[in-house]
Amino acid sequence: MSDTHAETVAFVQDTTIPPAPPPAAETGIVKWLRENLFATPVNGLLTIAALYLIYLVLNVSLPWIFGGLWTTTSLAECREILQGKSAACFSVLTERWNQLLYGFKYPAEEYWRPNVAFVLLFVAAAPVLFFDLPRKLLIFTGLYPFIAYWLIWGGSALIPIVALLGILGGGLVYKQFVKTSFAAGFFGAIVTAFVIWIVAGMLIPENASENAMLPAVPSRDLGGFMLNMMLGVTCVSLSLPIGIALALGRQSDMPLIKWICVIFIEFIRGVPLITLLFVASVMLAYFFPPDSTVDLFLRVVIMITMFSSAYIAEVIRGGLAALPKGQYEGADSLGLDYAQAMQLIILPQALKISIPGIVNVAVGLFKDTTLVSVISMFDLVGMIRGPILASTEWNGVYWELLGFAALLFFVVCYGISQYSQWLERRLATDHR
Amino acid sequence: MKKSVFFGALTLAGLGAGVAAAGTLDDVKARGKLNCGVTTGLVGFAAPDANGKWEGFDVGVCRAVAAAVLGDATAVEFVPTTGKTRFTALASGEIDMLARNTTWTFSRDVDLKFTFVGVNYYDGQGFMVPKDLGVSSAKELDGATVCIQTGTTTELNLADFFRANNISYEPVPIETNAEAQQQYLAGACDVYTTDASGLAATRATFEDPAGHVLLPEIISKEPLGPLVRHGDNEWEDVVRWTLNALITAEELGVTSTNIADMGAAAGSNPEVNRLLGTEGNLGEMLGLPADWAKNAIMAGGNYGELFEKNIGESTSIGLARGLNAQWTDGGLIYSPPFR
Repeated sequence: MSDTHAETVAFVQDTTIPPAPPPAAETGIVKWLRENLFATPVNGLLTIAALYLIYLVLNVSLPWIFGGLWTTTSLAECREILQGKSAACFSVLTERWNQLLYGFKYPAEEYWRPNVAFVLLFVAAAPVLFFDLPRKLLIFTGLYPFIAYWLIWGGSALIPIVALLGILGGGLVYKQFVKTSFAAGFFGAIVTAFVIWIVAGMLIPENASENAMLPAVPSRDLGGFMLNMMLGVTCVSLSLPIGIALALGRQSDMPLIKWICVIFIEFIRGVPLITLLFVASVMLAYFFPPDSTVDLFLRVVIMITMFSSAYIAEVIRGGLAALPKGQYEGADSLGLDYAQAMQLIILPQALKISIPGIVNVAVGLFKDTTLVSVISMFDLVGMIRGPILASTEWNGVYWELLGFAALLFFVVCYGISQYSQWLERRLATDHR
Repeated sequence: MKKSVFFGALTLAGLGAGVAAAGTLDDVKARGKLNCGVTTGLVGFAAPDANGKWEGFDVGVCRAVAAAVLGDATAVEFVPTTGKTRFTALASGEIDMLARNTTWTFSRDVDLKFTFVGVNYYDGQGFMVPKDLGVSSAKELDGATVCIQTGTTTELNLADFFRANNISYEPVPIETNAEAQQQYLAGACDVYTTDASGLAATRATFEDPAGHVLLPEIISKEPLGPLVRHGDNEWEDVVRWTLNALITAEELGVTSTNIADMGAAAGSNPEVNRLLGTEGNLGEMLGLPADWAKNAIMAGGNYGELFEKNIGESTSIGLARGLNAQWTDGGLIYSPPFR
């Protein structure tokens, strides 16, 4: 049987055929190119056109950037050296580097103070941004605003300490009374804080700032990218809690609270930010007596915070509306009170939905801080448009300065955007 | 409507409070610092240098006033203002005086309730065009696009000039001089119009200044000068006579180099003696020390020295004295006598 069979079959493969490499057109970079860049004739044409365009841009910009001068002292000198060749005059960045970062009036020997505050900002922000870190770090986050204030503005250390004591006192009172009645805790805390501030404020001697460890720097002397960072960080971190409160207030059953929130949000959203800034800088000066004006920086922070909290409130209201009604009812059926329901069930879900919108507002707000240049505060753009371009040495340098500003803003805004995407992935619970 | 009436009333109340307050001179002395409004940056007139020190022609006036009142030319808080915020800053009392190349006009003097204490630069509005445009007179500019700074008198002058000559134009509104420069060079407008001093300064920074011409027409009078609030005549006198002291010093040949000798003891020229306080009591009349004018002149030199150092022909801006020469040299700069 087997013999017969052996004669009928001429050849039997007794090993497996070794796997052949895929055809050249189906592997590696060729495949990637074919599938992504040259899939159809039209795609191929577009690819070639795009490559040509990129070549055109780089052909001009790369020599311009790499041929740039860094050590001259004026634009005229740059032009003399370049002899009509096209190249950047980056010397303006090196010569005015400190002005671009700190403004033109911040005392040079004190630059380390904003630098330290900037580094500490990351330490303080880390536990808020990355919740895998030990929770104890949040204590430092709570202290950070006072430390940063003391570092940047200097003067008597008593001022931030008193401010901190007022808030701590208010917090203690709130904790004591909130169990009996929320209103008693809330208003008691506010009254306590003010009492501490006023009493302690009277105890601080008039000339406490004169021989302080860190010389005082008035707000008027702040400037440059430092000012943008300060406005951006302060306003974003203040407007988030205020925005949440406004969003919840707008959903409230109590008519007074509801209408206050609705009118505030609709009014602020109906007014351009630049108008609010003009009000802050120009109109308020009429209402206060000349000697006792509220600090301009504070006025601007209040206006920008109001503006962005109205927007954030609407974003969060969108998140609240997206939750099915069952979530609210489920919370009620568990016997949770309003604060617990919001804290444990509603807000975690609503805020997660709102992340892209909140980040959108935050990025927009950060870029809007450049608007303060129109009320003659010297932020990064204000420095460029005003003093630097008006100096006899650098009048006429545009691409280098504005490109540098764009780069700084891009780095920060792209960072925010990347963080939010990481946060969305980290919080994604639905598709596991 | 109701709201605007309400805010108007509040504003008036605020203004009234400002006027009723103590004299500005006493305020400045008590504060030990002069709050002086300047521009956020205009080449030659006011701009901070790499070390943050303000320099320029208008800045020189601020320093002179500070030196006259406080004896210290550095006791000035420079408050940068834009074209839109400058008048509210002055009216609200945020600044004591404004030296921000501001044109003296009827409505600013009368309606906005300011007092111009004099003229430190006689300017006029001119036009700059690229040479390739082949235009030799502003009257040939029919249909041209014109870059113009908003919120300034130049905007109104331009409309008047084109209407009077029955030709049309298309305005390209811009905010700052720096922006205008870029728009003009990029070809967004055929013509750039602003004060002739500004045009000269702008052209000096171009890569190819010879490729642009200033047209011969000067279509407006732009007397630029420092100003103060209405209703405080003592302070007004101080600022006015400080400016006059700088002008008179040039006329009498008192410079920052020879002032130490001339002011040390009474000399042969009685007007110099009165000016420098070695004779008479002019300072006392102003409520200032006898050497007020001497301090003001030592702060940055006399009028001519300030001009030469900041905007004169030796600088990159290269403005000729022209109308701003002393009256003895055929210009308009003229100070009433010190007696």
